[in-house]
Amino acid sequence: MIVGEQKPLEELWETIKGHKKVLVFGCNTCVAVCQQGGNKEAEILASMLRMKATQEGVDMEIQDSGIERQCEHDFFEKTEARVEWADAVLSTACGIGVQFMAEKYPKPIYPGLNTTFLGAVEELGVYTERCQACGQCILAQTGGICPIARCAKRVMNGPCGGSTKGKCEISKDVDCAWQLIVDRLKLLGKMDEYEKLAPIKDWSSDRAGGPRKLVREDVQHDS
Amino acid sequence: MTAKTPSKLERVLAAGHFAVTSECGPPRGSDPTEIVEKAELIKNHVDAINITDNQTSVCRTCSLAVCIRLKTMGLEPVLQMVTRDRNRIALQSDILGAAHWDINNILCLSGDHQSFGDCSKGQNVHDLDSMQLLQTVRLMCDEGKFLGGDDIKRPPQMFAGAAANPFADPFEIRVARLAKKVEAGAQFIQTQCIYNLDKFEEWMKGVRDRGLHEKTAIMAGLTPMKSAGMARYMKNRVPGMDVPDEVVKRLADTPKEKQAEEGIKICIESIQRLKEVEGVRGFHIMAIEWEEKVPGIVEAGGLYPRPEV
Repeated sequence: MIVGEQKPLEELWETIKGHKKVLVFGCNTCVAVCQQGGNKEAEILASMLRMKATQEGVDMEIQDSGIERQCEHDFFEKTEARVEWADAVLSTACGIGVQFMAEKYPKPIYPGLNTTFLGAVEELGVYTERCQACGQCILAQTGGICPIARCAKRVMNGPCGGSTKGKCEISKDVDCAWQLIVDRLKLLGKMDEYEKLAPIKDWSSDRAGGPRKLVREDVQHDS
Repeated sequence: MTAKTPSKLERVLAAGHFAVTSECGPPRGSDPTEIVEKAELIKNHVDAINITDNQTSVCRTCSLAVCIRLKTMGLEPVLQMVTRDRNRIALQSDILGAAHWDINNILCLSGDHQSFGDCSKGQNVHDLDSMQLLQTVRLMCDEGKFLGGDDIKRPPQMFAGAAANPFADPFEIRVARLAKKVEAGAQFIQTQCIYNLDKFEEWMKGVRDRGLHEKTAIMAGLTPMKSAGMARYMKNRVPGMDVPDEVVKRLADTPKEKQAEEGIKICIESIQRLKEVEGVRGFHIMAIEWEEKVPGIVEAGGLYPRPEV
C-alpha cells in the first residue's frame, strides 16, 4: 500500500491560513491503514486546525469529509456538494489523490501528507518500504527481496563492502537487503542463483522513462 | 599472464613482480599544488597511483582531472570511478575521456553512500553497480562497443580492476562475490585494508580453491594506523572494517608519541607475512593523508626498487 505521513501542523496552517472555507478531505484506503490520512484522521486534523484558527484569531470555517479513494472518479459523487462549498481543500490522500482532485476541481487542493513510500505494515505503527515500482520485477531472481527498494545503493550484485552483521552501512537500524537475499536463497536451496551476474537493468520502465501509463483495452471495452 | 594493454601496472604484474600501488585524494579546491606534491613524494616507490573519486562522498576535484595531471607528470594513474554519481552516459563518456589521455587503469566501485559526505541531501544514481561498470569497461575495450551497441572509434585500453572486501558480511559469499567480479571482467583486485590477517588468509584459501587467484591479480590493501585512536575509530565506526582487538591493544600499549611508528611497523610486518600468501600479487598502500610514509613502508617491506618494465 501507499504510506504517508501527516505534514507538521504549522506547515499546514501556513498553507491554508489565507482561505475562508477549508475542507479537510480524507482518503479512506491506503493512507487510512497507516492512520495518517483516513477519514477519521481528516476529522481530527480539521479540529486541530479549527483550534489553531481560534488561537490565531483568524475567521475561518473548516469542515471535514472523505471518501474511499481519491484516485477514482466514481467515489467523488456523494461529496460533490462539500467540495463545491470549500474555497480550498486540504487533502489527506497520497500525492496521487491530491493531483487527481486538482484535475477535477478548479480550486486549490493542498497536500496534507508527505507521501513516503510503497510499503507494508510490519506491525501496528511500523511501516516499511518494499517496492519502488520500477516496472520490471526481479524478485524471482533475488529470493523475493527487492534490492532496488531495500538496498541504499540499489546494488544489483550485492552485498557491497559496507554490509556489517546484517546491517547496512548507512545505519545499524537498516537491514542489509543483500544479507536478507543471501539468507533467503540459502533457505530456498538456491545459492547457485547468487553467482549469476544480474544483467544491466533497463530503467526505461522506471521513472527514468517518463510518466508511465497502463491501458487495458479489454477492460475499457467491457465497461 | 601477458599484458594486453599499455598499462604499466599490468606489465609489472605480467612480469611476475609484486606490484605496488598507493592512492591520493584530490583536493577540496582547485589548487593542484598539494596533489602534485603528494604524487612527487611517492612516485619512485609505486607502479601506479589511484586517484579517488569523491571518497566518503565528500565533494572534491574530479578523479579524471587529477589522473590527467599525473599523466602530464609522466606518472601512471588508476582512475577510480564510482557508480554513485553518474549514469551510464556519463560513465562511458568519462571512460572515453580517460582513454583520450591514454589512461590505462580503472578501478570500478559503487562508492560510499552519500549520507556519509557533505551532500547527504543529494540523489544517488546507481544506474549500474560496480560489476556492471566492469562489464561496461570490458565491452568498450574488448569489443569496442558502447552499451547502446554502436562501435567506438579507437576503443579504450583499460586494465580494469575492482575492490574486494574479505571482511564484510556475510563472509561465506565473499569468495563467490569475487568470482562474480572476475566473471564481470576484473583483471586486478585491490582489497579493503587488512588488519585481520588470519581472516584474510582464510579468504585467500577460498580464493585459491576456486582458482580465482590465477584469473585476477589480487593486491592486498594496507593502511598504516597513526594512533590507537585511529584503530578504535576504524574498528567501531568504519563499515566493513575488521580490526582485531590485539591490533588496538598493541597500539594502545605503545606510548602515544611512538604509536605512529608502531602503526607503520604493523604495516611492514603485514607486507612481509602477506608476501608469503600464495595468490597475493601486490600491495595497495593507502596511507591516508600520510603519503610521506609510503616510501619507507615500501622499502622496509622489501618492495624497492620498483622494477623497470
